[in-house]
Amino acid sequence: MNKPMQAVDPYAGERLKLSPFHERQAALNIRDAWSSWNGYKFADYYYDEEYEYFCVRNSCATYDICPMQKYIISGPDAEAMLDRMVTRDVSKLKQDRVTYVCWCTDEGRLIDDGTIFRLADDRFLLTCGSPSLAWLRKSAFGYDALIIEDASDTLAALSFQGPTTCEVLKKMGLDGIENLKPFCVAHFPLAGSEDTPLMVSRTGFTGDLGYELWVAPELALTLWDSLYAAGEDYGIQPYGEAATNMARLEAGFIMPGMEFNEALKTIHFEYDQTPFELSLDWLVDFKKPHFNGRAALLDAKSKGSDYTLIKLDIEGNKPAEESFLYADKKCHREIGYVTSAMWSPVVKANIALAMVETEALNGDIWAEIYYTKELRHHSKVAKCTVQSRPFWAPDRARATPPPAY
Amino acid sequence: MKKYDAIIIGAGHNGLTNAAYLAKSGLDVLVVEKNDYIGGAAVTREMHDGWFYSSCSYVCSMMRQTIHRDLNLTKHGLVLVPYLGTVVFADNGDTMTSYNSEEAEYNQLRQRSPHDADAMFRFQADLARYAQLIRKTLLRTPPDPSSFKPRDIRELLWLAKEFWSLGERELYEYIRFFTMSAADFLDDYFEDDLIKAAMASPGVIGTALGVYSPGSAYILLHHVMGDVDGNIGAWGLARGGMGAISNAIAGALQEHGGTIRTGAGVDKILVKNGRATGVVLDNGDELYANIVVSNMDAKRTFTQCMDKNDLPPGIYEKAKNFKIRGSSGKVNIALSGLPKFNNVADNRYINRGGQGFVGSMETMERAYDCWKHGRWSEDPFIESVIPSAWDPTVAPPGQHWMSNFVQYCPPKLADGPWTPEKRDAFGKTVIDKIERYSPGFKDLIVHAEVRTPHEIEAEIGLTEGNIFQGELTIDQLLFNRPFPGYAQYRMPIKNMYMCGSSTHPGGGVSSACGANAAREILMDLKRPNTVPEDDFYDE
Repeated sequence: MNKPMQAVDPYAGERLKLSPFHERQAALNIRDAWSSWNGYKFADYYYDEEYEYFCVRNSCATYDICPMQKYIISGPDAEAMLDRMVTRDVSKLKQDRVTYVCWCTDEGRLIDDGTIFRLADDRFLLTCGSPSLAWLRKSAFGYDALIIEDASDTLAALSFQGPTTCEVLKKMGLDGIENLKPFCVAHFPLAGSEDTPLMVSRTGFTGDLGYELWVAPELALTLWDSLYAAGEDYGIQPYGEAATNMARLEAGFIMPGMEFNEALKTIHFEYDQTPFELSLDWLVDFKKPHFNGRAALLDAKSKGSDYTLIKLDIEGNKPAEESFLYADKKCHREIGYVTSAMWSPVVKANIALAMVETEALNGDIWAEIYYTKELRHHSKVAKCTVQSRPFWAPDRARATPPPAY
Repeated sequence: MKKYDAIIIGAGHNGLTNAAYLAKSGLDVLVVEKNDYIGGAAVTREMHDGWFYSSCSYVCSMMRQTIHRDLNLTKHGLVLVPYLGTVVFADNGDTMTSYNSEEAEYNQLRQRSPHDADAMFRFQADLARYAQLIRKTLLRTPPDPSSFKPRDIRELLWLAKEFWSLGERELYEYIRFFTMSAADFLDDYFEDDLIKAAMASPGVIGTALGVYSPGSAYILLHHVMGDVDGNIGAWGLARGGMGAISNAIAGALQEHGGTIRTGAGVDKILVKNGRATGVVLDNGDELYANIVVSNMDAKRTFTQCMDKNDLPPGIYEKAKNFKIRGSSGKVNIALSGLPKFNNVADNRYINRGGQGFVGSMETMERAYDCWKHGRWSEDPFIESVIPSAWDPTVAPPGQHWMSNFVQYCPPKLADGPWTPEKRDAFGKTVIDKIERYSPGFKDLIVHAEVRTPHEIEAEIGLTEGNIFQGELTIDQLLFNRPFPGYAQYRMPIKNMYMCGSSTHPGGGVSSACGANAAREILMDLKRPNTVPEDDFYDE
């Protein structure tokens, strides 16, 4: 006997949320390659991860950052509160500028990293990978003249990255976009509107020329359609988590769950990290007034870190995924482990980020690499060279105005 | 009088690679180039306002990744970008697509022939096995089988071991494979003609052979043994055109202190007491060096740039008979928009990659018949790519440039010499054929450059316009390339070497010939080797 179709989806509670861009993205996700991020259905890739990665490096591509967490902190105390929470000096941040920050526990362990936008004198946007409202509330203790608003679901955003992005935005009618400097913010009309509902920041997670586009969710599809119409002749393509992970590794950017374990989610003692271990010394400003974790960080700084996150160029072409690192070719003395590794198609190098004992940094570093050939496991030991600069840092990422491609 | 450590003749990609490695070891090197621009056949030129053509070679897959990495070519501006989706066209209008997904590929083949869809797995595995062995030899100097030097014996044993590791049955198959025709090889796997024609076409590219000619099977392999980032058989584009490869190598060369002189064609290689001592330029200038390296093809080097009396007996004849027959032409077209092709879905991943106008096995063989009779093919095989759809730097936005590689086109016509009128008529044949598959194509044409073997030889210096600097047949491969006894980059005159595609491992933008030659030169000079080993050794 046929049951009538149920009007209510009995699995509704288990289904993922859909991003405001979902309708367009679903049509382009030819491979149905979905995963998830912060409760949203999220593309791992759309057609081919390497192709999408190359769009980021060669033409232009969009990455849905709606699932990223976004908080508006406003009010007379907003600046002071953020300044006490993060390790960088927020008071120096000018209006319409963005800065990369991290914040720590009292023990000086990294909770998360993210960006702060100063939208007005007393109004800030904080973005980060993981939900952080509870920590923000705790951090606001003692500050009454501020409001924390979770804008994660009420602000849609699209990261737009690659060498032709500026040309496409120009074609889309964003007047003067070529003069927008890295880490700056500007507002533009959208699809011929009178007002300026589109916020553009010259930011991104790829190390390349790129922008992030911010609108109200109800304008998300309008933004998408104008962007894709303008980008048609410039190789525009959506990209997902897979290509992002490739691009960010080449740029030397860290990821939670890869390079660091978020302190508030860490079970084992000191399995989380200090910013110094992550080579984020430059984010910690001891010259500014008190901030969360300051005493512990001062202590950590004077003692020095046991481990340091470094960039490695590894001989051969086998990615050193999950490899142990040794001080000798015979693999007797273990000195660390690889956190992320890949073959870099653009640099043609076998690259990795790795946590290595600080005192072993001046000696040889060898990686024991495992790989599989037609089901059979193999291993090899490869020499590693420490790199001081990001693997990929093209001039166009910093140039204003940027070149046409 | 200034005396260089080494003079390299020809700023093609192999000459530049050779010079870069010599300079890297500290030698004072000069590259002389007859044209006013560098690159040889790996060149990008703005041939029409805003359109940058890769006038000769147009795609890349053989480039040794290890050299790219070692010479830091990315820093010098080189980015290799893969492109997707090639469609082949049959005479009857039927099409077949190379999809990026194995499942889509299988489903499509199954519709044509369930048998062939299954056979494709075995075909790909066999080809990969053959390719893997050849790939391992690319950055190695071929052993001399008649020599008793420990190094040659060691290399011969290595080669024998690699062959034996195939297993007995495959070893026989492999030996057969070297002398087979592409058609015979494919008959063992496929029944569908379009599948066969699509797979056979790489077997004739750049070669004066037909799909039914013995030897064409190996050439098929030569075209699928390259890779892009380890994806064997994949082809990529150099961002900014093929000239980006030469320019990046030139950047590495200059970083190591080497110099390049353009507009400096070589008239003669100077020989004194059986030793190469320098070159005489076309303008009469004499330049001296301890070593002379020719990046020109073997025929041009010995029959045009050397005095017959300076050569040991027999070499002139060997060079004269070196098989270097031109068989292909090129039509580069600037388009005001993206062409649309019949029976190709409006799928942006496949409607703008490559187009293979193969027709059928019969059509390709008929095209070859024309060549034999000293005519260009009336219904040619055309391999096209639209690089501008993938590379934003080579044409204005929304407009395109299409590279069309055409076979067959003879270097000498039966009815007299090439003239501009005949060249244009050849171009018209090509454009007319594309128009048949893409109605309205002609209306999109903004500019076209037609190149027959005649233009290719006159401009690049490749004898007869042969793109490989000599046919890739077994009699001219490995230790037989260019001639038996001279396969180790040393030439019959002391202090003279060759580093172009006339040497092992042959044609293609691989940098391998130039790098291998540098290793041999440095060995003779007792200097430390600067040339890396191949990355793919433990594949």
